[in-house]
Parts: sequence; structure tokens; C-alpha cells
Amino acid sequence: MNLWGVVRLALISIARNKMRSFLTALGIIIGVGSVVTMVGVGQGAYASVQNEISKMGTSLIMIMPGSSSSGGARMGMGTMTTLTEGDADALAADCPSISMVSAVVRTSGPMVYANQNWSTQVMGVGIDYLDIRASKVTAGRYFTEQEVRNGAKVCVLGKVVADNLFGSINPIGRIIRIKKMPFEVVGVLEERGQSGPGQDQDDVALAPLETVKRRMMGISHINMIMASAVSDDAVDEAKEEIANVLRRRHRLTDNQDDDFQIRTQADIAAMAGSTLGIITLLLGAIASVSLVVGGIGIMNIMLVSVTERTREIGIRMAIGARASDILTQFLVESVTLSCVGGLLGILLGMGLTSIISRFTEWQVYVSIPAMIIAVTFSAAVGIFFGLYPAWKASQLDPIEALRFE
Amino acid sequence: MSQAITTNASGSTGAEPPLLEISGVHKTYFMEGVTVRALRGVDLTVRRGEFVAIMGASGSGKSTLMNILGCLDRPTHGTYRINGVEVSHLSKNQLATVRNRQIGFVFQGFNLLARTSALENVEMPMVYANVQPEERRERALAALASVGLTGREHHTSSQLSGGQQQRVAIARALVNTPAVILADEPTGNLDSRSSVEIMAIFQGLNQQGITIVLITHEPDIARYATRNVRVKDGLISSDAPVESQLDATAELAALPPLEQNGFADETEPPVIEEREGANLP
Repeated sequence: MNLWGVVRLALISIARNKMRSFLTALGIIIGVGSVVTMVGVGQGAYASVQNEISKMGTSLIMIMPGSSSSGGARMGMGTMTTLTEGDADALAADCPSISMVSAVVRTSGPMVYANQNWSTQVMGVGIDYLDIRASKVTAGRYFTEQEVRNGAKVCVLGKVVADNLFGSINPIGRIIRIKKMPFEVVGVLEERGQSGPGQDQDDVALAPLETVKRRMMGISHINMIMASAVSDDAVDEAKEEIANVLRRRHRLTDNQDDDFQIRTQADIAAMAGSTLGIITLLLGAIASVSLVVGGIGIMNIMLVSVTERTREIGIRMAIGARASDILTQFLVESVTLSCVGGLLGILLGMGLTSIISRFTEWQVYVSIPAMIIAVTFSAAVGIFFGLYPAWKASQLDPIEALRFE
Repeated sequence: MSQAITTNASGSTGAEPPLLEISGVHKTYFMEGVTVRALRGVDLTVRRGEFVAIMGASGSGKSTLMNILGCLDRPTHGTYRINGVEVSHLSKNQLATVRNRQIGFVFQGFNLLARTSALENVEMPMVYANVQPEERRERALAALASVGLTGREHHTSSQLSGGQQQRVAIARALVNTPAVILADEPTGNLDSRSSVEIMAIFQGLNQQGITIVLITHEPDIARYATRNVRVKDGLISSDAPVESQLDATAELAALPPLEQNGFADETEPPVIEEREGANLP
């Protein structure tokens, strides 16, 4: 008996008990559907996190000073005052794997325009900062090199700040006061949204480094150095070069720990990626439990079917069917049932993912490998759970089977 | 006791091996610690073209004999040859092939597949014989025509009367041109008119040279055969040609018309007229 003949026979017998076949396949439909959906959600989350991170620039490197301690109380990361503008210049000069460097100082304070005020973070940055963050100015312009060098009183506002101070007024060219110091607004930053919990990247004002550092804060050290590696692949090399340069400049001996910390965007991306990978795997694993349950459902119904059709098996055997013909017939039936269930499950999964992506604004992917795995798995479930009933059918004695009422 | 008696002169000669040859066959069952000796040394020879009725009361061993003749079961001792080929020690799969090619079964309960058309039922033995679909269809249609079921190819079992179902079963038994047709109480579930119709078909097939072994407990039915073998207590107690064979066709003609017989299906085609001159596959 050729394969198509056997499959046709299986389809006929499945079609004969439509309701029962549907309920049997439902286990597989739900199993495959949930695997496809869960993996899709996991991959969507992964992709959107990766996308968010790469928007910040994957070649981004942040260098922060270490923690200082006073009287035994350690003050936490970034509290040391060891980083200087000179360090930033040295990195720019001595690290071939770094393309751009900007020293950064941070403070916060009230800003006032006319009768509006808003308190936010003010960052003093260098000329390369905008490119390092892969950010853009949507209105107006960024600082000129001269403004940065001279410590001009100009600023670029984040979207949130601009909205709160100016509302519908065009902020370009207006004078605002930051900590009572007048600044001319020259540009507004591109909207970037949240990065990490509670950090609104649009709630910030940028000003030239010198202006903030000397005029506003009156300090000589800096809070952070931001740099960009020449390429994403050069990040590790750049990290090493930075460490070497800073250790030398800070005169650290071999047995002293670094007095700075280097963080890369790639580290963050990898960490987020592995976390999401585990979550996706977990979701998929939980969903595949329902596939196994579906398989047990198939086994159950196939056993019932073998008993019900004992007489048919007897007739077929009397007429010349071999044990292998009977085995194939029932095995193909359970595999067909599970594969049809698998295909319907994919449709269900696709439907669910599109619903989820509509209601959550996540980018939800229907993953092709997840589909292939789910259908392969459901076929395997069909074989595994169909084998015992089919074997049982094939081992029937034709005389007994013919006598069966 | 087990002498071969050829009553049908269909060209069998002494040099040719007997079609079916059972010798010294014992069959012993072990059921729940009890030993049942169903057959205790049976010798039986059936020649090509014979129409043998095997008779016996229930428990006589005739069903066991029929199972062995049909290669559904293997003897505990003894030999069974079909066309001179020993089959009593073949494997299950080999027996399946023998059943498929050499034996056509007709059962008391018809044993057609439910919710399956007559045509598909008749095609089934050819499916297991790997006959191509076009040829399958052609041969199945011819077999159905030969039992007078033209026009009912696509009826399922539930849409056919008992007699018609049995005729489908006969067509199914014929379609692989087996060496012998084994009919186990083929009229047991039929009314008397349908019984005569079925026996008329068997007699017609036998006249065309087809060997038939009929198992029955009804002496009336056995008289349509050409030779009667009686089984008693696992042994053959008598084996003799039928003195005055009944002619089913003539009897059928003498019966009152169909309508007065309580027959459900009045459009049933007249069996005998259809059968005569039909080509067998």
C-alpha cells in the first residue's frame, strides 16, 4: 500500500469522527499555538530590547570613577573625583580603538523661562557627545566647537524639558535660566523615550562641558567619560586600552584595583539578551508541556479507536493486510491528526501573536524556527503516542478480531 | 474416509496436485488451563472446481478447520498444502499474503467495512496486493457486475440489504482471483429468499470452475454443494458426494414475486439474469 493511499485512508477515518478528531487535535492545536505565541512574545521582547540598546549605540563605552570612602563609609560608584578632562583627552589621543570621546559632568537644578519652571538634570558635554549617543537635534542646532571651547552659555534641551518650559512656543533662540544663569536655547534633542526603569532620556538639558563644570558646578574633576569604539567589534579592545591608559595616568601599581569602572553597551545588551533568552526558553518549555498533554490525548483516542475498530482490523487482516499494514495505518492516522493539529496550532499562534502585538505595542515576531520546531515536535508526539495503539492493533489475532462484537 | 471425490469435471487430472490438501492436522488450544483438542487428525483433499460443504454442529471443530483452511490459524500438527505448497509453518506475514492471493472469505456477518462504499470494499484486497488504482477500479466494477450489483457501487453497507451486502462480500472475495472461496455460514444472517439467491451465485461461480468451500450447519444449504463433509468431535465422520444437488436458480424462479416477500428493496436487480454471461475478473 503506497503512502498516499495510507494517508488518504487516515484522512477518511479522521473525517468520519469530526468532533472527536477535532477535540483530540485540540490538545495539539493549543500546544503548538502556545509554543508559537510564547516564543514569539519572547523573541519580540528580545528584539525590542536589543533595538532599544542599539539605538543608544552598541559601541558606546562609559567610564566612571570608582567609589570613594570617607571614614570607613564607602560612598558608592562614581563618587571618586579621580577622573579628569585630561583623562578624556589622553583616551582620545592614546586609544586607537576609540573614535570619539566626551567628558561629562552632571548636575541638576531648576530652569526658568518666563513664568514656567522645571527641574531636571543638566549635563555638561563635549562636542562628540551627540554622536557618541547616536542622538540627533531635531530643531535648531548642536553646539559649535567654539562654543564648547569657550564655555558659551548655550544649551540644547530634551523634548520633555522643552515641552514643559515652552509648550507650543518655539524655544530656539529664547533665553532660559538654569540655576539663575542665563542660557540661550540653540536646539532641541530627538525624542528617545525611556532607557531602563525610570530614566527618561528626554528629560535632560545639555550645555558645553566647561560652562557646566566651571561656571555652574565649580569643580575640576568630571563625573564620567563617554566614548565610542571604532566599531562594535572593537569594544573589547577599546576597554583594554582605556584601562591601560587610565591605570598609567592614575599611577596605579599592579596590586591596586582600578579606581574607575568601564561599562559598555554590549555588556548591557548581552546581559539583557541572556535574561530574555532564558525567559523565552522557559515560556517555550512551559508551552510544550501542553504539547505532551495533547499527545496523551491522541494516545487515548487512538486506543479507543483500535478497540472500536477491532472488527475492521480483523476484516483487513483476513483479506490480506499484514501486521505492518495495520501498524502503518494507525500510525499514519495519529501522525496525521497531530500534524493537522500542529498546522492549525500555527494559525492559532499567529492569530494570538498579532492580537498581543496590537494590544501591547510590543514587536511580536512569528518565529519561523519556532513553527518548524513546533510542527516537527507535534509530528514526533504523534509518532510517539501513536506507536503503542498502532502496535496493539497490529498484534491482534485475526480470528479473535473477527469474532469481536 | 478422506477420499477426494471430484464431481465437477473441470479439467482436473490425476497428475495435478490437489488444490487444498490437509493431512493429519491436529489443533489443540490451551484455554485457562484446559486443553481443548479441536481437531484430532483431519485429512481432507479438495480438488479444483469442487463445491464442498463442511457440516457439523457447533463445537465439532468445523470453525477451527475453516480457520486453518483460511490460513487464519496454523495447525498444531500436520500439514496443509495449497496447490502443493506447504503453508502450515509460514510466518504471520506470509500467511497474510496467502490469504490475500489464494483465499476469498465470505462471512456470516458480511464483514464489510462500515461507512465505506461497495466499490471501496471490493477494492480493498487489491490495495493490499499493490494493484494500481485504475486496474483496481476496473476489476472491482467487473466483480460487482458479476454478482449483479451494477448501479450500487457507491452505496455503503447501511444502504444495502443483507443479500446485497453478502453479494458485495462475494465480489470482494472474488476480486483477487483466489484459488478457493471460503464461505463461513454465508446464509446464516439472511432470509430464505436471499439465501437462495446467494446459493445461486455460488452455484453459478462453481459452474465457471471456481472452487468453493462452504461451512454450514444447515443440511438444506449443504445440498446446494456437490460434496458434503461432516465434522464431528474434531474428526471427519463422513465425506460423500451430494446425491441430488439442489438447483438454486430453478428454485428462485419458482418463488413468488419479490413484493410479497417482504423485501425492503424493490429495485433490486434480478440476480440470476444479471449474473449469467457476466465476465469474472
